[in-house]
Amino acid sequence: MANEVVDLGRRRFLTTTTSVVGGVGVVAAVVPFIKSWEPSARAKAAGAPVTQSLKKIESGQQLIVAWRSLPVFIVNRTPSQLDALPKQDSRLVDPGSNGASADQQPKYAQNQTRSIKPEWLVMVGICTHLGCVPNYVGEMKPEPFDPNWQGGYYCPCHHSRYDMAGRVYQGVPAPKNMVIPPYHFVDDTTVQIGVDPQGAA
Amino acid sequence: MANVFSNIGEWVTDRAPGLMPVYRKHMTEYYAPKNFNIWYYFGSLALLVLVNQIVTGIFLTMNYDPSASGAFDSVQYIMRDVEWGWLIRYMHTTGASLFFVVIYLHMFRGIIYGSYQKPRELVWLLGMLIFLVLMAEAFMGYVLPWGNMSFWGAKVIVSLFGTIPVIGKDLVEWIMGDFLPADATLNRFFALHVIALPLVLLLLVVLHLAALHEVGSNNPDGVDVKHGPKGNRWDPTKPADGIPFHPYYTVKDLVGVGLFLAIAAFIIFFQPTFGGWFLEHDNSIPANNLVTPAQIKPVWYFTAFYAIVRMIPSALGTAVWGVLGMFGAIVLLFLMPWIDAGKVRSIRYRGTGFKVALTLFVLAFFGLMLIGTDSTAELIPMFFGANVDVTAIENLFGRVMVLIYFGFFVFLWLYTHLGWEKTKPVPERVTTHD
Repeated sequence: MANEVVDLGRRRFLTTTTSVVGGVGVVAAVVPFIKSWEPSARAKAAGAPVTQSLKKIESGQQLIVAWRSLPVFIVNRTPSQLDALPKQDSRLVDPGSNGASADQQPKYAQNQTRSIKPEWLVMVGICTHLGCVPNYVGEMKPEPFDPNWQGGYYCPCHHSRYDMAGRVYQGVPAPKNMVIPPYHFVDDTTVQIGVDPQGAA
Repeated sequence: MANVFSNIGEWVTDRAPGLMPVYRKHMTEYYAPKNFNIWYYFGSLALLVLVNQIVTGIFLTMNYDPSASGAFDSVQYIMRDVEWGWLIRYMHTTGASLFFVVIYLHMFRGIIYGSYQKPRELVWLLGMLIFLVLMAEAFMGYVLPWGNMSFWGAKVIVSLFGTIPVIGKDLVEWIMGDFLPADATLNRFFALHVIALPLVLLLLVVLHLAALHEVGSNNPDGVDVKHGPKGNRWDPTKPADGIPFHPYYTVKDLVGVGLFLAIAAFIIFFQPTFGGWFLEHDNSIPANNLVTPAQIKPVWYFTAFYAIVRMIPSALGTAVWGVLGMFGAIVLLFLMPWIDAGKVRSIRYRGTGFKVALTLFVLAFFGLMLIGTDSTAELIPMFFGANVDVTAIENLFGRVMVLIYFGFFVFLWLYTHLGWEKTKPVPERVTTHD
């Protein structure tokens, strides 16, 4: 039954199809391993809203609360800190939060103070560069990193700087303003982080 | 008794006749140039440190707990309660830093003697891959103690991938397995650190040596002993300027090993944290996802590349440029064999331009390290007074250093491809032949 003539076309076809089918099988087998690295169901479930009373936060103070394991800054801004905000515009990357930072806050916080109420800043305290927690440097006094410092945030990791509304200064590694999370006021002295105001969503 | 051993030897040789020839090819009949100098210790020392890391690493895993809740305490347990645990851990942490000392010197040797040039491009590429894997290995090992520097180091390094447009954010979550470094991150880093990357590393080291032994070692004169006169004391067909790797260089390397172990032992016993350079004080604080340490910087061996990230500002709404700069700084090293079209290998016979450029390159590397270790933040007020804008001066200095770093590669390409280099005559044989 020896076949003296080798059918090269047939051999090439069989080699190619075998390789393709085998390759598809290998790719399919890799998928579960790659998918196993994604956040697990347990990690995804840990994201409940956080409610915080504002009664004990004095003017000029910052409180850090954890929401989805992220630090959220709640700051009671002083009148002078608020007055300084418009004066920073020329030194900022995106003062109106409508350029590169258009998606960094909900629509109801896309304003000069990046907040619902001017004095209350509620912000995810994560530097938009590589995710460190910037330090709150609220006092308006000359700092080593800026002789004309008007209060704001200074990131210890790569020295990015933000103003008192989390808006990023020019000439630093961070590209965007810090994120404002969805939040609303339950009453005058209580804020809930993780839930939009009614009718705003 | 001797009879028993020779019988066993014969028994094995009968069944595996290829073993002895392999041993001879790589040891007793591997003819290396006879003019190796002090720079040629660092390859074998790197191998020594690799063995140290594997052995001490295996023993550390016996008491380490790779979970976010248990990792920090288990490291303290190793340090305080496990018999000799402190020694094993300090051998591992000191070994990590010395690994980079040895590797950086080994790479610098390759640059000054042109060891990456034809025909050793493959040796260089494999070596650079080893360097890359070693950086990943060191980073993941740094995360395992789950101190606050571990946590924030993990956060920053993984976030580097977040600057990639479009897929960045998902990629970061995929790498971390959570929305920030967590139990899942620590678990997978442990698996990669103790199994996956060491296997890759070992394979690459074998390939690096195999590729080297195919083309033969370079030497401080950069002349090819294979193309020189033939005939030495052991073999009339082998290079006259070559000597058998074993026993000649194994014995020489043992001298280096002795000196190196003395230095390593001094550090391990008297300065295990090396003043905060090998082990950082802030990492003695457990991981805290709400507070970034006030002074955060990587371990010394990453600081030059870290400084490049810090010196390049964001543009067009993305921070990817600094990250590209950092990876570019490493990719350019990969490309050295093609950037440098120099006609001679060794710095002994290269043009003045090369020597000046290389000196500036080394200074820029150290300058970037000064920034990355936050030394400039302390030095600038000392030199310019307390009232200066430290960040502005630091940025100016740092950006000049970044330009010099990348400028070295641009200059080297122009200098050698356009034929500007005026070389000295290269001798026919290694200069120390008899």
